[in-house]
Amino acid sequence: MALSPSLLYGLTGLMLFVIGLAALFTSPQLLGKILAVNIMASGIFLFLITLAHGSGTLIDPVPQAMVLTGIVVSVSSTAVALALLCRIEAAARPPAHLPKKKDEARQG
Amino acid sequence: MNLSPDSSAWIIWPVVVPLLGAVVCFLYKKKPRLAGHFFAVVTCGTSTVLGWQVLSQGVGRHLLGGWSPPLGISLRADGPAALMVMMTAVTGLGITLYSGGYFQSRLAGDSQDHRFRAQEQSFWPLWLLLWAALNGLFLSGDIFNIYISLELVALSSVGLTVLSGKPPSLVAAMRYLLVSLLGSLTFLLGVGFFYKAHGTLELAVISKALAPTPPVIMALALVSVGLMLKTALFPFHFWLPPAHANALAPVSAILSALVIKGSWYLFYRFWQGGGLLAAVGIVPALLGSVAIIWGAFQAFSQQRLKMLVAYSTVAQIGYLFVAFPLLVDSAGQGRDALFYFAISHSCAKAAMFLAAGTFFLQLGHDRIRDLAGVRQLLPVSSFAFALGGVSLMGLPPSGGFIAKYLLVSKAISQDLWWLALIAVVGSGLTAVYVFRAVSSVLSPHLLEERPLLVVAASMQWSALALALLAIVLGIMAPLPLALLEVT
Amino acid sequence: MAWQNWLLLLILLSSMVPGLIIFTLAESNRGWRTALNLCGAVVKMILVLVMIIGISQGQRFAVALPLLPGVDLVLRADPLSALFVALSSLLWLFTTLYAVAYLEDSPNRSHFFGYFSLCVTVTIGIALAGNLLTFLFFFEMLTLTTYPLVIHRGTAEAMAAGRVYLLYTLTGGLLLFLGVVWLYVLVGEVDFSRQGLLMPLLDGHRPALIGIFCLLISGVGVKAALVPLHGWLPRAMVAPAPVSALLHAVAVVKAGAFGIMRIVLDVYGLPLTSGLGLLMPLMLVATCTILYGSLLALRQDNLKRLLAYSTVSQVSYIVLGITIGNPLAIMGGMVHLIHQGIMKITLFFCAGNIAETLGVHAISRMNGVGRRLPLTMGAFTLAAMGMIGLPPLAGFVSKWYLGLGAINQGEGWLLVVLVLSTLLNAAYFLPIIYRAWFREQEGPWPKDSGAMGLWECHWMLVVPPLLTAAISLLVGLLANSTLSPLAWVRFIVTTRYEPW
Repeated sequence: MALSPSLLYGLTGLMLFVIGLAALFTSPQLLGKILAVNIMASGIFLFLITLAHGSGTLIDPVPQAMVLTGIVVSVSSTAVALALLCRIEAAARPPAHLPKKKDEARQG
Repeated sequence: MNLSPDSSAWIIWPVVVPLLGAVVCFLYKKKPRLAGHFFAVVTCGTSTVLGWQVLSQGVGRHLLGGWSPPLGISLRADGPAALMVMMTAVTGLGITLYSGGYFQSRLAGDSQDHRFRAQEQSFWPLWLLLWAALNGLFLSGDIFNIYISLELVALSSVGLTVLSGKPPSLVAAMRYLLVSLLGSLTFLLGVGFFYKAHGTLELAVISKALAPTPPVIMALALVSVGLMLKTALFPFHFWLPPAHANALAPVSAILSALVIKGSWYLFYRFWQGGGLLAAVGIVPALLGSVAIIWGAFQAFSQQRLKMLVAYSTVAQIGYLFVAFPLLVDSAGQGRDALFYFAISHSCAKAAMFLAAGTFFLQLGHDRIRDLAGVRQLLPVSSFAFALGGVSLMGLPPSGGFIAKYLLVSKAISQDLWWLALIAVVGSGLTAVYVFRAVSSVLSPHLLEERPLLVVAASMQWSALALALLAIVLGIMAPLPLALLEVT
Repeated sequence: MAWQNWLLLLILLSSMVPGLIIFTLAESNRGWRTALNLCGAVVKMILVLVMIIGISQGQRFAVALPLLPGVDLVLRADPLSALFVALSSLLWLFTTLYAVAYLEDSPNRSHFFGYFSLCVTVTIGIALAGNLLTFLFFFEMLTLTTYPLVIHRGTAEAMAAGRVYLLYTLTGGLLLFLGVVWLYVLVGEVDFSRQGLLMPLLDGHRPALIGIFCLLISGVGVKAALVPLHGWLPRAMVAPAPVSALLHAVAVVKAGAFGIMRIVLDVYGLPLTSGLGLLMPLMLVATCTILYGSLLALRQDNLKRLLAYSTVSQVSYIVLGITIGNPLAIMGGMVHLIHQGIMKITLFFCAGNIAETLGVHAISRMNGVGRRLPLTMGAFTLAAMGMIGLPPLAGFVSKWYLGLGAINQGEGWLLVVLVLSTLLNAAYFLPIIYRAWFREQEGPWPKDSGAMGLWECHWMLVVPPLLTAAISLLVGLLANSTLSPLAWVRFIVTTRYEPW
């Protein structure tokens, strides 16, 4: 069986998922972990897109809708993760930076 | 099943009302508490209507905006879904009343006025959003929509977790978020495989057609692992205790009583069809058994009350999975046992976390050793804590007892003796750690410490109301079980 | 017929409602608390009397609540439950009176009386349970309601005793639970009124029946303090005297003994139990318990601990009577449920008085107590004589029927056990009586709260033991009258168990 484009994309997507997964567990930094999650998400989106190409020339719209929505979800969760990361950094800083407290409260 | 799309429009209200409430609370920053209470009561009302409709008219189905699947969003309310919505409504109402008192007490008793006001302004929109997302999750008919609800639940609960602002809670929340994302992405990949195998996203179709083909097995494995991560089933429980124990008191209750039930409920939905259960149903049951034992030992060795209660959640999650091998035949008693564990745990655990919150507020700590005598300061919530413990232990009269009875009798009738023994031993271990806390709370010592601030009466009484509900569930079982029969 | 259904609920509510109200009362609100307690106790006595008269006229009392599909909570009054209900409510009245005075100035009285009332409610529930699951339901609740009473003093010793108590009773509860569920899976609803329910299983399910029997008996045996499951009882003695009285005479130990009666007589039935070969082992356990308890009692110097071991021994007379298994012996066992309760509560009241008024806990310090507390020691002496089994006191009646039953059954060796046990009883009770009356006081009492007017101490501490002592005398003297417990027990045995 020839390596059709959709199979290639699908496998690449799964590979990205696995790479992201590995990075999520091995990366020592929180930012690295957040990026890893994003890579996993991208891998899944790639995989989903290949599903649209199932049979024949007719393109299935459902996976596309899923990917679009998924991207929105992924962006929002990345935003939350980054905001949380900022707060953790702020809390870890020495107490000399106390004036920051007001910002913290507003974020919460 | 062949209802016209508009005959069941009442399904959408338990989702729409809290969502609207979240927006209103977000915009109306002056008095979010008032708006929060209002929308909580209305949500509770619409959920009750939903439960009643399902009980009297059978399964309801609704297509949002008249769009039919696969592109449109379909909502479906059957008995189990309605029961979960009701559980969320009742527990949620109790937690809402408690939260009102909680923020009121903190604002009245502390000079750091600004911080608590900000906390409260964030709490109400997030809580109502979470409520809407949970109801959406219970009522969604297609699995992609379920993925969206799962993410919404996760993001709003992470938001709630960080509210306390303490560094440990930030770190715990980060871990919680990452685990949640990992879980939902795994779930999404599984959704992709299901779509590849079946060409549909409808949960009802998928869960009936679980054939042991490679893509389906792959899909089910991915979905199950994702959901187990989110439900914190052993060995994926590591993130739960710090996240639950370091949050604000009402948030701990929300997370332990409601949020984990969402992903557990989905797990049940995917496995309920039974095709693969006979072969692999043993896996969640084994993990559940280990969770029961391990969680109990961990709970026993904790020094802080909230950590003890959080580890007890780890153990109780085990009960939620241990009965899966019992689902294979159609008598329904295994399902009844599972759901009865879920609803009584919800009430009991919420009551215990809420009560623990009042102790914390009053004494400024929750070291189990030094709690002796708290009964004199907070008689009502001490009693609530003890009653919640009774239900966890599965002693009569309580919902926990009914659940344990259903589970053990079903296990014995299927000759699964190890399962019956695990359940019985587990409830003995539960008694050991619960009484470690309860004997301290109920002990008649005199307390010298001066209370830090006045705990609003509504906090103590809402904890007691939930605990009493866990007890009352022990003598009104026919009603929830009748609702479960509607499928 | 509605009032007959309501009656059972009212009997439960008559102690539950006062209990719940008492929880909400302020600590200082002594008047209301006492009034509620006594009202509840008196109302319950009246209701119980109505019920007993009704039963003796052949009326039926039952009420059911669906618990699960195919499983009901059933309250039903049969003659046997009436026996236990009457005992509990009568002794509750006396114990309440006593406790009001005993705990006069101690802290946490609202809590104490609240749980006390709930405890009695649950005991009545055990007595009225119409099927095995209802029995389990209340039996487990008894553990929960008595625990706060055991730890009432809050000392390290009390907390430790509470832990031991829970360890034993909750484990027992789990065994009982497993047995009950197993039995329900096998036969469905296990109603006490359906005799011979399990007979058809004898052929196919023999091992299962034996297993279930062991689970059930060891479950209730913990509360009945059968050796080797008795360890909690002596330790629970750190609780205040009214609690000990309640544990020993009214609620916990009695609930265990009552449970054994129910299981052997009503669930399995004597024919099946002996057919499975289970009567003999149980009889051996009972005889061991009788002798072992008495032997340990001999070694005690603490009065309450001695009484505790004496309970271990005495309660097994009840079990022994059941296992001998002919009508006379069953009568002896059943009537001992009542007789032991009345005598033992007297002894605990007296021990409480001596400890409370004079601060004397050890038997070796009791020299001359009889001069200082003649009424108390008089009651004590009467009850102790009854325990030993001197005619015409209550204990003699029980032992007489047990002995007759044993001879009729051809188990003559049991007479030796009975005689031996009587000698042991005498050996640990007579020295106390001798010290109290005939030895001179050695040195001053550790404390003396002084006489109160005509009475040697607070009148509410003296009157209850005097009354119960008098009753223990009367039930022995008038054993043959139609109103005695013995007559009622004869009624039970002739109507239900005689045919065998």
